[in-house]
Amino acid sequence: RKIIFEKQWFYLDNAIGHTYGTTFEVTSGGNLQPKQEVEESTTETKEAGTDNRNIVDDGKSQKLTHDDIKALKDKGIKGQEIVQQLIENSTTFRDKTEFAQDKYIKKKKKKYEAVITIVKPSTRILSTMYYAREPGKINHLRYDTLAQMLTLGNIRAGNKMIVMETCAGLVLGAVMERMGGYGSIIQMYPGGGPVRAATSCFGFPKPFFDNLHEFPLSKVDSLLSGTFSTETLPSEPEDNVLAEEESNGLTDEKQISLQETEEESTTETAMEINQTEEQDTMDINVEDAVCKENKEKENKDNVREKQRKQWERRKKLIETAALLTEKNADGLIVASKFHPTPLLLSLLEFVAPSRPFVVYCQYKEPLLDCYTKLRERGGVINLKLSETWLRNYQVLPDRSHPKLTMSGGGGYLLSGITVVLDKGKPDSSHLEALKMEEPSSKRCKVQDLHC
Amino acid sequence: MSFAEYGDTIKDGDTAIVFLGHESMFPVKVQHGTVTQTKYGVIRHSTDLIGKKYGSKVTCSKGGWVFILHPTPELWTMNLPHRTQILYSTDISIITMMLELKPGSIVCESGTGSGSLSHALIRTVAPTGHLYTVEFHQQRAEKAREEFREHGVEHLVTVTNQDVCKNGFGVSNIADAVFLDIPSPWEAIGHAKSALKAEGGRICSFSPCIEQVQRTCLAMEEYGFTEINTLEILLRVYNVRTISLQIPDLGQAAEDNSSTGFDSSNPSNQGSLGTSLQQGTVQFKSGVPLREMVGHTGYLTFATKS
Repeated sequence: RKIIFEKQWFYLDNAIGHTYGTTFEVTSGGNLQPKQEVEESTTETKEAGTDNRNIVDDGKSQKLTHDDIKALKDKGIKGQEIVQQLIENSTTFRDKTEFAQDKYIKKKKKKYEAVITIVKPSTRILSTMYYAREPGKINHLRYDTLAQMLTLGNIRAGNKMIVMETCAGLVLGAVMERMGGYGSIIQMYPGGGPVRAATSCFGFPKPFFDNLHEFPLSKVDSLLSGTFSTETLPSEPEDNVLAEEESNGLTDEKQISLQETEEESTTETAMEINQTEEQDTMDINVEDAVCKENKEKENKDNVREKQRKQWERRKKLIETAALLTEKNADGLIVASKFHPTPLLLSLLEFVAPSRPFVVYCQYKEPLLDCYTKLRERGGVINLKLSETWLRNYQVLPDRSHPKLTMSGGGGYLLSGITVVLDKGKPDSSHLEALKMEEPSSKRCKVQDLHC
Repeated sequence: MSFAEYGDTIKDGDTAIVFLGHESMFPVKVQHGTVTQTKYGVIRHSTDLIGKKYGSKVTCSKGGWVFILHPTPELWTMNLPHRTQILYSTDISIITMMLELKPGSIVCESGTGSGSLSHALIRTVAPTGHLYTVEFHQQRAEKAREEFREHGVEHLVTVTNQDVCKNGFGVSNIADAVFLDIPSPWEAIGHAKSALKAEGGRICSFSPCIEQVQRTCLAMEEYGFTEINTLEILLRVYNVRTISLQIPDLGQAAEDNSSTGFDSSNPSNQGSLGTSLQQGTVQFKSGVPLREMVGHTGYLTFATKS
């Protein structure tokens, strides 16, 4: 399979059998050749200037023309040799300081010597990569911020975690890596299904997915209010109808089944392969009469297959709902594009007391709101709003200095610890907070003064 | 209770964290018949703690109350008895991720110091991993052993009392990662390399001074480490405050109602962000940086053996 990376294309076949961390050179045919540690050959000319007082930028220091260089490249000459040629044909190279020579060579090497190192996927690699390449897909969650989340959330083997993320599954993957297949994770997802594009990059073994559950965010309210169980508790369809007839009126039943089909069709959209399949069967359903016999048979199989999948999904959903309603999760991680306040206020209900929670947001303001609302709700302590700055350094003899400051873009975290809610107080104050803004902000002022 | 596993209820012999509010807390060792004094009064372990759920509110003798929390490495870091300068959670988190630690990892650490990082490492590599930690100070090594035993994690850690620069980690070719927090890490790079697995691993060195980093980087290069990368991480904490700013009187107040006039010209000023309460002021929520913050802890140098 052909792969394009940094304007190079190549085949991965030759890389098989080598250890992780092996460096390869790309040849003209797109093949990879392992590259060994090369002795620095360019250091033989130890001639160098001390400063740049006599170096003039006349644009004529390089004697090779663009065409010459292209010709060298077309001939398939090794990048290393091109760099050597460039140095030899540079009139100013000898006058440059030693450091400037070094820098010149490094720059040219980067351009002409295409080397690729193949490494093992990890949270470190993937989060750095996503932040550099597709920050929009992970809500600009910088890797050091993700690291904070994992630590503040006390993520470890054996936990029962609730994760709500819209970061392409990167946060989920990071949590899975830290849990090493021990314990369970419940992923809350918006829309039709959880996105796990980044999760699949980790290459987790299959058992890691055995205790990975998912639950639709749109069902959280019904689960909290207790209306969820009547909808989907029975796993058999016949039972389903019976139970519903017993407990609900006819109109209710209709509504519910409508809701269910709606939900199921949306679930399907997430699974691309299934989607087309299902659409086919649905079309056929409509034009049933026109269809031929064999097609009908096929259709029946499809329908049966579909139903089987639906039952399975529903069964899983019920299992997950049961896990949630135990309300004893060991932590909550939120990193999404949604406003964090409603997520937190609802999802914290599922978390046991004395457990950490962490919310990520690209912006600070929603977390200020969330902070205030959590204070009003109660049941949380040690609330902390924070941000990390990351500074990379160039460390070379006599040339050490900070590289670049990354600030702002890494996002913000709100973290805290759950405690047992005071009986009596919570519900009324929660409602109060929703109804009236003004008194609540006054109250916060008092609270702020306290801390 | 264990630092590597959650428990529901408080038991005799547990280490628990007493939370007094405003980030003030301290650890207690739960024991039958013992009492703990707080500014809100006395806590009697037998009746007030044992058998209660973690996260409960405990009313003290003077009517005040505290929360009792399950210990975590992060809470421990904030409360542990200092025997040395310690690493805080901000640095610990990036170290853990950059060293690619997970359940099952084998880690070497030196020095053990006060065990702040050690607890976090043990948490992450449990239940199948192991920490080999080396401390050249005999009393500190002894104290660390005792703590690990008390915290129910002794099976996950081996404390060795020797000089890592001279004698290494006491293990070879088994580690996935090595962490160094010693005054002269460059003298231990060779030992670190031999402690790491033959197929490779990650290393991190923590140093407060750039000169130390310089020498460490040179040593790492000499021993064939690749991907050498030095970074620094800073934590900024914000206080959430409601702030009100007065609107200056520019002389127009007499003609139109200044507060409503301001509000209508500022639709974004509604909702949670802020509302104008009194005439002539605007209120809003802000995250205010602390007056003083930690400006520097140390440089973290990471590298790969491959």
